[in-house]
Amino acid sequence: MTSAVSFQKVSRHFGSVRAVDAVDLDITPREFFAMLGPSGSGKTTCLRLIAGFEQPTSGSISIFGERAEGVPPYRRNVNTVFQDYALFPHLNVLDNVAYGLMVKGVGKAERHKAAEEALSLVRLPGYGARRPGQLSGGQRQRVALARALVNQPKVLLLDEPLGALDLKLRENMQEELKSLQKALGITFVFVTHDQGEALSMADRVAVFNDGKIMQIGTPEDIYQRPKTRFVADFVGSSNVLPPDFVQRYSGQHRWASLRPESIRVGRAASGEGVAARLVSTNYLGATTKLALDADGLKLHAIVPAGTALPVEGEAVVLTFNREHLHLMDEPA
Amino acid sequence: MRSDRGQSAPLGLKIAAGCGLLFLHLPILLIFVYAFTTEEKSFVWPPPGLTTQWFAVTWNRPDVWQALSLSVRVAAISTAIALILGTLCSAAVSRTKFFGRETISLLVILPIALPGIITGIALRSAFALADIPFSFWTIVLGHATFCVVVVYNNAVARFRRTSGSMIEASMDLGADGFQTFRHVVLPNIATALLAGGMLAFALSFDEVIVTTFTAGQQQTLPIWMLEELIRPRQRPVTNVVAMVVMLVTLLPILFAYYLTRDGDQIAGSGK
Repeated sequence: MTSAVSFQKVSRHFGSVRAVDAVDLDITPREFFAMLGPSGSGKTTCLRLIAGFEQPTSGSISIFGERAEGVPPYRRNVNTVFQDYALFPHLNVLDNVAYGLMVKGVGKAERHKAAEEALSLVRLPGYGARRPGQLSGGQRQRVALARALVNQPKVLLLDEPLGALDLKLRENMQEELKSLQKALGITFVFVTHDQGEALSMADRVAVFNDGKIMQIGTPEDIYQRPKTRFVADFVGSSNVLPPDFVQRYSGQHRWASLRPESIRVGRAASGEGVAARLVSTNYLGATTKLALDADGLKLHAIVPAGTALPVEGEAVVLTFNREHLHLMDEPA
Repeated sequence: MRSDRGQSAPLGLKIAAGCGLLFLHLPILLIFVYAFTTEEKSFVWPPPGLTTQWFAVTWNRPDVWQALSLSVRVAAISTAIALILGTLCSAAVSRTKFFGRETISLLVILPIALPGIITGIALRSAFALADIPFSFWTIVLGHATFCVVVVYNNAVARFRRTSGSMIEASMDLGADGFQTFRHVVLPNIATALLAGGMLAFALSFDEVIVTTFTAGQQQTLPIWMLEELIRPRQRPVTNVVAMVVMLVTLLPILFAYYLTRDGDQIAGSGK
């Protein structure tokens, strides 16, 4: 099967800055693919390489089997939802959505009909006559989505599309995007720095750091079985345990990760385990996050709300199941 | 400091503002009055009598028409050159980063800061050095130097306020460079270009100093007026020309004012 998007040893260097460095990537058709990473990690540059706004310094990119190097953005069957939406302020909503069809020479009646349908798809029917300036942030984002989808792209690129929305709206849009993607069967490539967003929406996630992909896998893979310290720390703030510590519990001298929810916190007198001191508690609603200090090693534990908690500064004992200790590939 | 909107300004301030406006505009009215005077050798106040004969006299003077036509042609072509070069230059400076960008920006703006007399002398000696005879085109060239600045400044300001990803969005949706320019860039900078173009036209139309150095025997309208004031015959003709020119230029300036005002609202509302 041909990949929707395929990167072979793709690099994009800006002078001495290696924004994207020898990246290999295969995105399956109809997949919801997330590129996750901190800012400056190269994820947006990767997206721009797919869109055609950047050309690779070396390596090759193909989109549904066709070589993409040198092909300008307007000749790629790929559309983008921009971070700032980039709606055209001088056109009304309907003409914004119909823009892609207009430049392709589709007649007025036909393109307005298609634009109207696209607007219903994003649940904004009848908003065609308004100006982008008269819409709320969430509505603008839907218009940007409709404007991209009306061209029936093979791949839809989304550059942090939910970044500017408030929490409630963001959660709604996450669900909507996901169901839209399933219904349309289009490959979605989604850039985000929000690990929760990536894990909840994507079929597969690529974690970027310093222009390289640290790990590609399903959300569960990434979350439960991080390969490197960076992934463990960035995706869900796992506890990263040093080799010396790990050796005492698993017998192997390797880095390991331990999810904060796998740590049980007991009173100091209650027997065996890692001796630690409770530094602070952080109430999060459904759970409480505890910051702990185990002889200089800083750990986090998450316990369900309502658990009887030790007071701050008290000595505690930490226990966990050996199987929750995830050994990482990274050399010690 | 903030003042209440509903509160009226103190009387003293109102009078001062009124006096300021009168001081600015009363002399212009004086020009209008002298266009109707019966005294043709000097401007006497009050006018000894009123007549409309100078309108007919002006109409029948071929030198007026020649000067007017030259001025309009020079201004139109200088503005056209300025629109093209100014837009291209502002697009380059605001859209891309390259070595010497700030320098170019400064060099483009410099002609408007330089006294006209220096620009004039510089151009004259350059033309002489290069053996270029004075002609219609040397006037146009001289005017274009400062017309470009006006268009450039207007366009750069507008480019700065338009989102760069809009151009990418247009390309992404399938529009090539030309289509993007026509459907996205131009509509967004059109009002800025119109305002810049009008200002450039007006600057060129009443330019005296640079023109005196770059024109040969030809007379643009302002130069013709200067010459007329020295000559002791049919003086009110100058006033008639001044009055008509003012009334005719007022209309497009008002038009441009309303157009750009609306345009700013549209451009601002998108962000």
